[in-house]
Amino acid sequence: MPKNNCIIEVEGLYTQFGNHVVHENIGLCVQRGEVLTLVGGSGSGKTALMRQMLGLETPAQGTVKVFGEPLRDRNRQQIQNMRNRCGVLFQKGALFSALSVYDNIALPMRELRTLDEEMIRDLVMLKLEMVEIAPVHANKMPAELSGGMIKRIALARAMALNPELLFLDEPTAGLDPELSEGFVSLIKTMQSELTFTIIMATHDLDTLVALSDRVAVLADKRLVALGTVREVINTKHAFISNFFCGVRGRKTLENNSIL
Amino acid sequence: MMSEIQGSNSPMVLRRVTGADGIPRVIVEGNCTLTALGERIRPIAAELSEYATAPELRWDLTQIARMDDAGAVLLWRGWGNQRPRYLFVRPEHERLFDRLEETWTPPSEATPDRLWPIMVLGKAVFLLWEHLVGLVILMGQLVLEIKYLAGHPSRIPWREISANLYRTGAQALGITALVGFLIGVVLSYLSSRQLQIFGAHIFIVNILGISVIRELGPMLAAILVAGRSGSSMTAQLGVMRVTEELDALTVMGIPHSLRLILPKVIALGLAMPLVVLWTSAVALIGGMTVAEFQLGLGYKFFLSRLPDAVAVSNLWLGLGKGIVCGMAIALISCHFGLRIKSNTESLGEGTTNSVVTSITVVIIIDAIFAVIFSDVGLR
Repeated sequence: MPKNNCIIEVEGLYTQFGNHVVHENIGLCVQRGEVLTLVGGSGSGKTALMRQMLGLETPAQGTVKVFGEPLRDRNRQQIQNMRNRCGVLFQKGALFSALSVYDNIALPMRELRTLDEEMIRDLVMLKLEMVEIAPVHANKMPAELSGGMIKRIALARAMALNPELLFLDEPTAGLDPELSEGFVSLIKTMQSELTFTIIMATHDLDTLVALSDRVAVLADKRLVALGTVREVINTKHAFISNFFCGVRGRKTLENNSIL
Repeated sequence: MMSEIQGSNSPMVLRRVTGADGIPRVIVEGNCTLTALGERIRPIAAELSEYATAPELRWDLTQIARMDDAGAVLLWRGWGNQRPRYLFVRPEHERLFDRLEETWTPPSEATPDRLWPIMVLGKAVFLLWEHLVGLVILMGQLVLEIKYLAGHPSRIPWREISANLYRTGAQALGITALVGFLIGVVLSYLSSRQLQIFGAHIFIVNILGISVIRELGPMLAAILVAGRSGSSMTAQLGVMRVTEELDALTVMGIPHSLRLILPKVIALGLAMPLVVLWTSAVALIGGMTVAEFQLGLGYKFFLSRLPDAVAVSNLWLGLGKGIVCGMAIALISCHFGLRIKSNTESLGEGTTNSVVTSITVVIIIDAIFAVIFSDVGLR
């Protein structure tokens, strides 16, 4: 029963902004426990698709099912349960600038209303340790932090409730190569420790090759390829040959012994 | 779907058994995760700490299906933040407890000083000083910019001035007219009732004329504009700070004071007297309408009496207040806008402070005018 193993199911999805059509009839199934990467050129609607999976935007047509149920027609409790099982890492972190690092991570835990403050403290410190942020930074405000630290703290916040489903929007954008490598290995270890499903949008080939189990390529308003990196690069399409088989792409793939 | 979730999320259960060898042991089963625990976290914590009082107990965690760090922390706290003497755990879960053993404690918050009232007062005084200095510096900068523009007339930011003039002046006409008209109506109605008692109908012209032209018109306009345009100026500069647009302007070599602040100050200085004139006129129309209904004074008579009752210097005074208040509002709003730090809290706080300060300053300016010009236009 491969169909039942879908944690997210997208069927016949159309997206339109005004007269501009972004997606035409997209169907996609994200398997439980895998890392699926969405790639595509700028404006190909990676982020739009991800936002629709999160329920931040509604598609013009088609359905998005998360945890087997459609996003629409849910009551408040169901929506809250669904939200508690998803974590999102936004491109710029989206930390609450009015709250300290500690409170940013503690916020989703406090919202559960089942944990007492001492347990929250232990959990927050664990999360900080997990993303390798020293406790001295716990009382700092987001404005005092560097971009790399903001990303890591945002990841800790996304992981606060141990979600089954993690969305990463450009996880390594704006990080230097060393930091982004560290970030990728951090996500990798966390995924092996805490088995969750990851949906990621990225431009960065290194990140893509290092993390993804499967890749979904968006181009010409459609899903042009879906499969492992090896399967995808054998698909004939202008975008794929540019993206994967350009000079930089070849180098990355060779380094990872895929070519 | 639901049954699948239930199946994979059967919550954690503690089972106490006594083995064949007579040694008591606690077997932990099920899912030890945050989602599976849910509301049951408190009862389980209580149960755990009860068991933990017996040190000889064997803890068997090998039956746990899934465990995350929330579950590990729950067990750890139940054990009193230490590893029990006899613990059997699967290696993949062992790691969670290893991490807990070396967990860091958060830095403690600084304890409040006993001298805090003095500290708070001192900080407030310094803040006030800082604001005054900041405002003076801003004004000085604007004077320098004007001097520069006098030498380079082609650099005058006409477009920004005209945009601000439209936004702060033309777009404020609706709300100032509405409020002015209503105040005129109310003032005229209440005064005419009193005047009727003494049969002094005619003095409605004096009361309305002096109070509206000299005092109410300029004040209403200034307070409305401070709330309306002042807050928008502060918020605009604040958001530009948050989105780093201010820095972008600096790196392009475009000074903030020339392109952002000067146009606002000039535009509001030009727009305010006109808004004052407009508000006073509409307030008088409101007053006149009621005077006609209530006292039977025709508007022709009202208008012909007005120049005799109210010296023209009152009008100039009102317009002068408008110019000064307008520039003060723009300066204060920009000052607070530039002080905003790049976080949302500071943005809200800065906008509130800006509006409150502008309105206070407007009233102070009015008081100063009243004292200085106490013998002008009143007979």
